[in-house]
Order: sequence, then structure tokens, then C-alpha cells
Amino acid sequence: MDQAVKLSCRHVWKVFGDNAENLFSEGATPSQQELAAGGYIGAVRDASLDVHEGEIFIIMGLSGSGKSTLVRCLTRLIDPTAGEILFDAQDLMKVSVAELIDMRRHKMGMVFQHFALLPHRTVIGNVAFPLEVQGVDRKTREDRASQVIDLVGLNGRESYYPRELSGGQQQRVGIARSLAVEPDVWFLDEPFSALDPLIRREMQDEFLRLQSVLHKTIVFITHDFDEAVRLADRIAIMKDGEIIQIGTPEELVLAPATDYVREFTRGIPRAKVLSAHAMMSPNCQGSYPETTIATARIETLITRAADMEKGAAFAVTDETGAIIGELGREVVINLLSDTPEEE
Amino acid sequence: MTALSAITGRDDARISPWLLAWVTVLAATVALFFLKDQMPWAFKYPRSMIIPLRGVLNDSMKWLMDSADLGLFTFKELTRFLSWVIEQPYNLVKSLLSVGFLEGQGSYAVEVFPRMSWVAIIIAVILLGRYAKDWKLGALAGICFLYLALFDQWDSAMVTLSSIVIAVPFGVAGGLLLGIAGYRYRWFNQALVPVLDLMQTVPVFAYLVPILIMFGFSPVSAMIATIIYAMPPMVRVTMLALEQVPEEVVEAGRMAGCSENQMLWKVQIPSVMHTLMIGVNQVVMLSLNMVIIASMIGAGGLGFDVLSALKRLQIGQGIEAGLAITLLAIAMDRVSQALARRPPPVHGETVGKWYQRHPYILMALGAVAVTWFLGMFTPAMDAVPDALKITTGSFWGDVVKWININYFDQLDAVKNFLLLNLMIPFKRFLLTLPWVGVVAMVALAGYQLGGWRLSLLTGLLTVFLAVVGLWPKAMVTVYLCGISVMLVCLIGIPIGVASARNERLHRIVGVVIDTLQTLPSFVYLMPVVMLFRVGDFAAMLAVVAYAIVPAIRYTDHGIRNVPPHLVEAATQAGCTRRQLLWKVQMPIALPEIMLGINQTIMMALAMLVITALVGTRELGQEVYMALARAETGRGLVAGVSVAFIAIIADRLIGAWARQRKQELGLD
Repeated sequence: MDQAVKLSCRHVWKVFGDNAENLFSEGATPSQQELAAGGYIGAVRDASLDVHEGEIFIIMGLSGSGKSTLVRCLTRLIDPTAGEILFDAQDLMKVSVAELIDMRRHKMGMVFQHFALLPHRTVIGNVAFPLEVQGVDRKTREDRASQVIDLVGLNGRESYYPRELSGGQQQRVGIARSLAVEPDVWFLDEPFSALDPLIRREMQDEFLRLQSVLHKTIVFITHDFDEAVRLADRIAIMKDGEIIQIGTPEELVLAPATDYVREFTRGIPRAKVLSAHAMMSPNCQGSYPETTIATARIETLITRAADMEKGAAFAVTDETGAIIGELGREVVINLLSDTPEEE
Repeated sequence: MTALSAITGRDDARISPWLLAWVTVLAATVALFFLKDQMPWAFKYPRSMIIPLRGVLNDSMKWLMDSADLGLFTFKELTRFLSWVIEQPYNLVKSLLSVGFLEGQGSYAVEVFPRMSWVAIIIAVILLGRYAKDWKLGALAGICFLYLALFDQWDSAMVTLSSIVIAVPFGVAGGLLLGIAGYRYRWFNQALVPVLDLMQTVPVFAYLVPILIMFGFSPVSAMIATIIYAMPPMVRVTMLALEQVPEEVVEAGRMAGCSENQMLWKVQIPSVMHTLMIGVNQVVMLSLNMVIIASMIGAGGLGFDVLSALKRLQIGQGIEAGLAITLLAIAMDRVSQALARRPPPVHGETVGKWYQRHPYILMALGAVAVTWFLGMFTPAMDAVPDALKITTGSFWGDVVKWININYFDQLDAVKNFLLLNLMIPFKRFLLTLPWVGVVAMVALAGYQLGGWRLSLLTGLLTVFLAVVGLWPKAMVTVYLCGISVMLVCLIGIPIGVASARNERLHRIVGVVIDTLQTLPSFVYLMPVVMLFRVGDFAAMLAVVAYAIVPAIRYTDHGIRNVPPHLVEAATQAGCTRRQLLWKVQMPIALPEIMLGINQTIMMALAMLVITALVGTRELGQEVYMALARAETGRGLVAGVSVAFIAIIADRLIGAWARQRKQELGLD
């Protein structure tokens, strides 16, 4: 990753229980046994991660793994028990209430699982709400809100109330609201989990489209590994409050840190995850009927591979166009027929 | 314990320690009777030991009014300021609705601008009903107000309406602010909840006296009493509603960068508006409930009419004015409920010029203007023409006379039979009990049901009754309350059971108890006094009629809420309907039914204070006398005693029901 770090957390803990902060006096860190013995619940344990500018960083885990608590620590909706959170290198734990409010007003946007729309406001009222709170005048904020509503494809519905919209449309409102202030970091807490599978797919495409336009720094929470693989630049996998592994989908598939991670990656078709770079051989002599960029996923090469002659190969290039290796047609075809093991 | 053994109650054959404890306490109490000569103090609390609490309260009230100085101003100035604040809007509304705008004083006053015409008000009420729901509701509200006009209740009703119109916003705003504070600050919440509990159990009469002394005999005093009485549910609803705001919505507000105030007024309050409107409805209903009581400290209007009719036993006038209050209550209840339940707006409703968005306001304003204009040419707009007026006063008198002539002996026989064989023996029994024994039993019950904390609470509250020298009166209260509640159980629980098992009956019962709940408590007094004259028997009937609603409602609800799989299992096992009821539904519904009985007890105690007007001799009478003589201490002590009896019953029954529900695994 060559982009600057936008948001990071260092050794963040969130422990529920009376006087939990005492566990951390003088830099001590409690073990799982100590927590259990004291009746404490370690919702987030010693989490550290960096989110780079412009990347989609996904925190993935099953329910109860602490992912929602962690993202709330990152926004300080919940105060962590210990650790530091750096937003643009500024420690969020040390800012005043007024500064925090100011940062939320201008630098953060969040989308919620159950949409969290205000039932008494229309679509435009909801989207303009964060601007209204800042004290932006009515005309300016409604113009801005209309733009964002257009962006998420809800034009014509400005005067509707949330309960008059479908789930997918409501979440579009939630997305528009979170984008109204043009935040630097965009948090999405299981934004598509409450939607039907078909709508979910559509919304994922919509999300990728938006990101291709907006290039936000994104922290995205999900419990769905398919979704994570589809959307992520990098994924952090959480279990029982701990981050087990952070890596690109490819890294997770190729080098799972634990059996738990391997279990997750098992159901994922390899062709969807692996890139040309991961499968190429460094050998680059010869003539190639096709070329591909190193970062392309194997999945995207299939139609072209099918048209190639037996034994032919793709030239794999880096961003500058220089050939760095070759990728045999058979490698692509084999990976495609490599159906995932049944769970 | 499994659910089955919890139902049968058979744990094992061992004698439980509780049984032993009860036998001991009962034996000790019986033993006291043999030692009566040696220990008279156990039966009659010695006069010399009575704590002169009422004197202390009287003196502090006097000090407060005469010499309390709060630094920048005296207490008296504070009360005067408060009455001024309430008086200004009240005078305005009263001029508008009732007396017109006058210039000059007393009989020299000249009307400079007339009040709103009765025709305009009826039209406005119909439009309000339409706005809240539909034309049907508009018609209902309109008919209620038309009654006021035709039965010559208009002038009084408008005085009453003015004070309600002022008291309700004050009660709502005050309740909202206290509720918000209780939601925000934990310590405030902890202080507030017990005060609310006490407020809802102390009979209103008790705080009428200090209000009377602080604010004098005036409509303002009456409104202040009404506000205090009607506020607690609004406080509770506000706290409850704010806690119901979904966590994510609060988080969304916080992520948008809301300040504390923006969060409250832009996110939390608007998103629970519907729940808050239920609180508003409660405030309206309780304010109307206070109409008659408030007239004792100067409210005037319909309440005053009922009260004076009751005092002079003018049946016809009393019933007409009582009915007027009831209809006013029904109209306001239905309209405010409909407003609370109004469907949320649909897109496109809120666009357009304001006169396009508010056609009903425009129509109402039009009606007011037209009737004012017509009023310049005809007096029929200002006052209801005599030719239109109806009265049924003599009719009701005749009905009662007829019943009394033809059925006097039968009614009297029933009354005497119950009095001689049930009520008086029960009363005697309670009065002969040694107070020490009663305290021991109440404390033991508390210990068994809720541990030593509850034991201490109930024991001390019982001791209080003796220590302030009100033991005999408290026992009479317990007797009247107890006998009424027994009667309520005998009538109410079977009705509840029947309505739970029959859909058609359920609907009929629903309508009847909804109506009963809308009636102000005084309305029940009138018919019973007419048929049975003053005394304990009439009081008991009035209490039963007033307090029966929760017994029916909770029984019905409890039986309906028995988990359906249990009913299916029992039916599958071959239970007859009777067996199903007695072996499955009743045992499981019992905790719920007991909570209903608990509500009944609370309502019975509240009603007892009112029945003091028809000559019962218990704590209520004490409170009522204190009001008549403006003795703060006496009224407060007796009022608090009633509240303590209520709290003892409430805590014991509540603890029992909780324990039982836990045993049955229903929580």
C-alpha cells in the first residue's frame, strides 16, 4: 500500500464490566482468563489496524465477534477502554467533545444496518439533516441534498417519507445522508445485511459504482465473506474480539493464518479472488496472444482464455505496461473448474 | 422448580419454615387478646406517644407563607408570580370562550368584544374531529358539544374547558421537561421515580389544602392542582419514550454531529412523537378527572354544578352536569387519541401554500368570523336561544322517586342484609386487631415475598399509620377498600374470564369498560346515593363501579396471554373446557390477574377519598375535613397515610406476582 494512512487504531480494547479501565492501569493488558474470572466481557481485544486513503477496508466476522463494537470505537460512538485511535494522525481519544462533534460534522459519515432514518422527515429532510445540524442555510443544504439524492438514484422521491420506501431505497437514503457532508472517511455498518439477497447484490454494485466516482476511505463491516471478497481491497477477520488476520482477499485465500480463516475461505471460488499476479510464472520470453494487468482477477480472464489456443499464455504486465510474467491458458481454465470444496 | 410443580405447589412433604413463621405470628397475635389488660398499648396506640406531625406541617406551612425568604424574593411573591403566569393565558382563553372581552370592573363591565359563538365552537370541534380522523369522529365530538348547548350547560362547560385548555399545555410541558431531565440524569431519575409513585397514590385532596393556602380559593389554584395531578403520567411516558428511540437512530444523530440539544429536539423527541401523544391524552383525561375535585378550591364551571347538586341532592341537575363532564371527556379523549394515532404524513402532503395545507383551520376561522358577524344582528349566536334548550332534570328525579317508592323495601333489605352480615362484622374484626400484630403480619409477608428490604418498608409504613394516631381510621379504610375489592373480584374476574373465552362478549365488554374509564369518578356517586342514601353501603357500590375496570381487563388479558402451546397441550391431553380453565389457564394467568387486582386497590383507595363526601368515616373523611377547615397538616398526614396503604398493597402484590411469574418461567 503506497497511500497514506488515514485512520488507524493501536491496541484498542473495549471491555464491558464495572471499573474495566482498572484492568489497564500501568499499561497492563488482561488475559482472556483474567477477563472471564472478573466477569468482564472483552468485546474488542487488542485490535490494531491501518486504513489507507482511498481503500475499502472490510472488517468481517460473525455476530458477536466484536466488529460492530470496533467500528464504534473508531468513531468514538463507544469509548474504548484502552488504546489509541488516530484519525489523520490526530488521537481521537484526546480531542474535546466540541472537536469530536466538529470532526463528525465534516469528516465522518456512517451508514447503519437498519438504516436509522428519522421517521418524521422526508427523504430530503433526512439527507439534509447533517447539514442542518451544522447550521447550513436551507437553500444550500437542500441543493446539496438533491445532488446526493441524484447520485444514489432516488430523484423524484425527495418528498417521500422513509416508511413509504422499500428497504433498498431506504438504505439509499441512508447512504445519501452519510455522503451529504462529503466525509473523508465513510463507515458502513453491515449496510446491506437487512436487505433481500437480490437487492443486496444490486446495492453492492451501486456501492462499487459510487466508490469509483468518490474514492472515499471506507471502513465496511459485514458478516458475509462473499460480500467482503466482492468489495474489499483488504479484509480484517475478527473472532471473539480479536483481529485474527488482515490481508487482501488473495492473501487470505493463499495464506490463511488459522484454520478459522481457512474455513471461511474454503467456500470461495478461487478464480474470484486470485489475481493474475498470484498465478503467473516469472518467465516472460515468447509471444503472447493476449495481455493482462497483474492485478486483474482470474475470473475476468475466462472468456478470453476460452478463445485462446491450447498451450498459449497471457502476458502479465505491471501498471507501466512492462511485461513481468506469463499466465498459461490452462492455469486459468483449471482454476475455473476448481469448484470450491463443499462445506 | 419445573412449571408443573410450580402450578401444583407441591414441592415436598416437609413443613415449610414459612408456615411455621405464620403460625407463630398468628398465635402471638391471638395471645395478645388474652393479655389485653396487661398490654392495652398493643391494641390502642397510646395518645401520649403520637408524633404531632400535623402540627409540625401546619407550622411550617405558616412559616412558609408568612416569613420564608428565598433571597431575591419571598415565598409569597413566588406563589403570586406563579399564579400570575397561569392567570394571563387563562383570562385570555376564558374571555374568548366564556365571558367575552370586558372593560371595567364587576357589574359595570362593558363587553367590548363578544366571546366565540357556540355555533362556531361546535363547528370548530367537528372540524377538529375530521382533521384528527374522519367525519364520524367529527360528528361524535359535535354531538357531545351540542349536548352542552342544548342542555343549558354551555356557560359552565366553557369555564371548565378554558381551565382544561390552559392546564393541559402546562401539564404536558412540565411533564416533558421533567421526563427529559429524568432520562438524561441518572440521579434525577432515581429521585423522581419514588416521588411519582407517591404522587400517583396520594389522594388529590391531600395536596389541595397546601395549594389552597398558597394560592387562595381561585381558578388558578384549581388549575395548579390539576396540573400537579395530571403531570406524572406525562413524565413517565416521556422517560419511557426516550428510552425507546432505537440505538442506531441516536448513533446516526451523533454521527451527524448533533449537539446534546439538537439530539433531543431534532432526533429523539420527534421520532417518539406518537408515544408522547399518548402521554398528552393521559394528561387530558386526568385533567378532566379533576374537574369536580378542582371545583372545591375554586374552579367553578361544570364541577361546581355537580358538587352543589350533589350537596343538595338535586338529582336532575347533578346528572345533567355530570353527563356534560362525561361527554366533554369522551369528546376530548376520542379526539386526542385520534390525534395520537393519526397516520404519519404521506409525501406531497406538506407542500403548497399554508392555506392549502390547513383547510380545516381556514374553515374554522371562517366559521368564527361568520358567526361573529351574524352575532351583531342576532343574540342567538352568543347564547343558546331558550327555545332550543331541553332539560330532563325532573325526569331523573321522577325515576328515582319511582324506584324509591316501589322498590324501597327490597333495596333496603339488600343493603341491611349485607351491612349486618358482612360489612359491619368485618369492620369490627379489623378494628379489634392489635396494631402490633398487624405490623408483624405485614412485615412477615414482606419478608416472605421480597426479603428484608420489603419487610422493612412495609413494616415501617404500617407503623407510621399507628404513630400518627390514625390507626382506627386506617383500619376503616382497609375495611371499605377490602370489602369493595372482594366484591370486584366476585364480579369482575368471572366477567374477565367469560370475555376471554368469547369474542363477541369481549368486544361488548371492551366498549363498556372503555366508557366506564372515561367517566369521572364523581359520576358514580350520584346514582348510588340516590338509591341507597349516604353511608358505607353506597360508598362501597360507588367504589366497586369505579374500580372494576382493571380487574376485568387484566383477567381477560391474562387468560388470553396463556401461551397457546400450553392450551394445545392441555386440549390434546383431553381437558374439558372447565378443566382447561381451572388447571391451566387460571394458574398461569393468576399473576397477571393479581396485577389487575392491584390496580383495583389503587383505584378503590382513590375513590374512597371521594366517597368521604357521602359520609364514610375513614382516612378520606379526615382529608376532606382538613380541606374544609384548611388544615394543611391534617390533610397531608391523612393523605400520605392513604398513599402508604396503597404502597404497601402495591409492593406486596407486585413482589408476589414477580415471584410467581419467575417460578412459572413467564418472564
